[in-house]
Amino acid sequence: MISFQSVGKTFARAPAPALVDVSLEVAPGEVFGVIGQSGAGKSTLIRLINGIERPSLGRVITDGEDVGALDAGGLRGLRRRVGMIFQHFNLLSSKTVAANVAFPLKVAGVPRGEIGPRVAELLDRVGLADQAHKYPAQLSGGQKQRVGIARALANGPKILLCDEATSALDPQTTEQILDLLARLNRELGLTIVLITHEMEVIRRVCHRVAVLDAGAVVESGEVAEVFLHPQHPVTRALVADAAGLVVAKGQGAGPTLRLTFRGAATYEPILGRIARDTGVDYSILAGRIDRIRDEPYGQLLVSLVGGDVTEARTRLIAAGVRVEEA
Amino acid sequence: MLTNINWADIGQATLDTLVMLGGSLAFSVLLGLPLGVILFLTGAKQLLANRPVNMALSFAVNVLRSVPFVILLIVMIPLTVLLVGTSLGVAGAIPPLVLGAAPFYARLVETALREVDKGVIEAGQAMGATPRQIVFGALLPEAMPGIIAGATVTAIALVSYTAMAGVVGAGGLGDLAIRFGYQRFQTDVMVVTVVLLLALVQGLQWAGDRLIIKVSRR
Repeated sequence: MISFQSVGKTFARAPAPALVDVSLEVAPGEVFGVIGQSGAGKSTLIRLINGIERPSLGRVITDGEDVGALDAGGLRGLRRRVGMIFQHFNLLSSKTVAANVAFPLKVAGVPRGEIGPRVAELLDRVGLADQAHKYPAQLSGGQKQRVGIARALANGPKILLCDEATSALDPQTTEQILDLLARLNRELGLTIVLITHEMEVIRRVCHRVAVLDAGAVVESGEVAEVFLHPQHPVTRALVADAAGLVVAKGQGAGPTLRLTFRGAATYEPILGRIARDTGVDYSILAGRIDRIRDEPYGQLLVSLVGGDVTEARTRLIAAGVRVEEA
Repeated sequence: MLTNINWADIGQATLDTLVMLGGSLAFSVLLGLPLGVILFLTGAKQLLANRPVNMALSFAVNVLRSVPFVILLIVMIPLTVLLVGTSLGVAGAIPPLVLGAAPFYARLVETALREVDKGVIEAGQAMGATPRQIVFGALLPEAMPGIIAGATVTAIALVSYTAMAGVVGAGGLGDLAIRFGYQRFQTDVMVVTVVLLLALVQGLQWAGDRLIIKVSRR
């Protein structure tokens, strides 16, 4: 659906390039996250997808079109098929909620008679049917972002770009907006690309993630894999904020292992059973049981003492637990 | 008290001032608004960024704004004759008033547009809007309070410009104040004209403020 092929982007008078040799593929119907600290190049990356920025090197293919090669008209056509929402919502303060949502329809030349019903349907979809005649200043942050989402969906796009869409919202509102995005992804088959600096956002809604640092993709893959087994230092730093599985060295009496359970195994009494069978004692140094999207996972840092530690490891691996030296 | 007042003269002068003000304000807005929009759009990093056009327009605006109005009134005489057939009276005053005020208003419009959140323009781009659609659908509505405030300031500036229009025999309250109130020491005429001008300015500001409240949704 979206393809970056060795994309580089350099801005005039900037000391360093914004993006360096970025290659990635976003499949139709997936929620793809791009995470990185501020200044990593996330905003530039997402703006290349709808051609607000043009690549200096390489190619960006969006919905079958080479974005860098499109003329102004072609670019406008593409943008009507790609919705975008923003950190600060970017609504028209001078227009009502309904008029804000109607704007892209007018832009696309939708006949006047069809605009009203379409706006009502869109507002209903984001749960704002009763707010149509209010002005943005009268809405909460979460409601404003819902208007932004309704506006982005107006022309029935296949792709939705989310530019730090929850960064200006409180945690509870963030959760509601992410739930809405996940629902739109399921119900409409919408492909979503979101950029964020918060691993929690990635964990809740994304299928796959790319980690951006200083303009380069340093790690990418399935969210559970990247989240539970971060390789690159930048990824580790981002994950540490979210997972918090950090323990000072030498705290445990025996060897310290990182055990990762996924899916149904998360709720099985695997550790207890194996400890009993092998005579190994364990102490839990840190741990977290949660979900990545809808899949439960558990991650424990344990210190093993006495008994047959080697046998315990073998049995854990056989039971589907991933075992790593911590 | 008020022995020198000829109310018919005052009435005529008030009417002249209002006609000059109304006519020149209408044309100043008509010319200044598009000029301000173009100044903004052709500016650096804007939708239609175009350095040569922007520099040329900016230069022209600065030149017109730096000419004192009394001088503009005189050097414009040939052009005024060409435009309205006479360089005298109320009609003869309107072209120089417009040429004096339109560049001033254009700058105020440009400033008002710069105040609009850049995100609004980006949202318009991202939905595939043409620059025209962004200007009419997003920029102008968002900047409307500033555009109206600018028109109010321009209208008040025009009131003071009209006082100089007596140079070309256009009449008006300011002219009356100079010729009778000042040159003939008729203090009562001076007081009455100044009070009327004051009322006019207050009224303009009040009307502008009301209009801004009406269009503001922030």
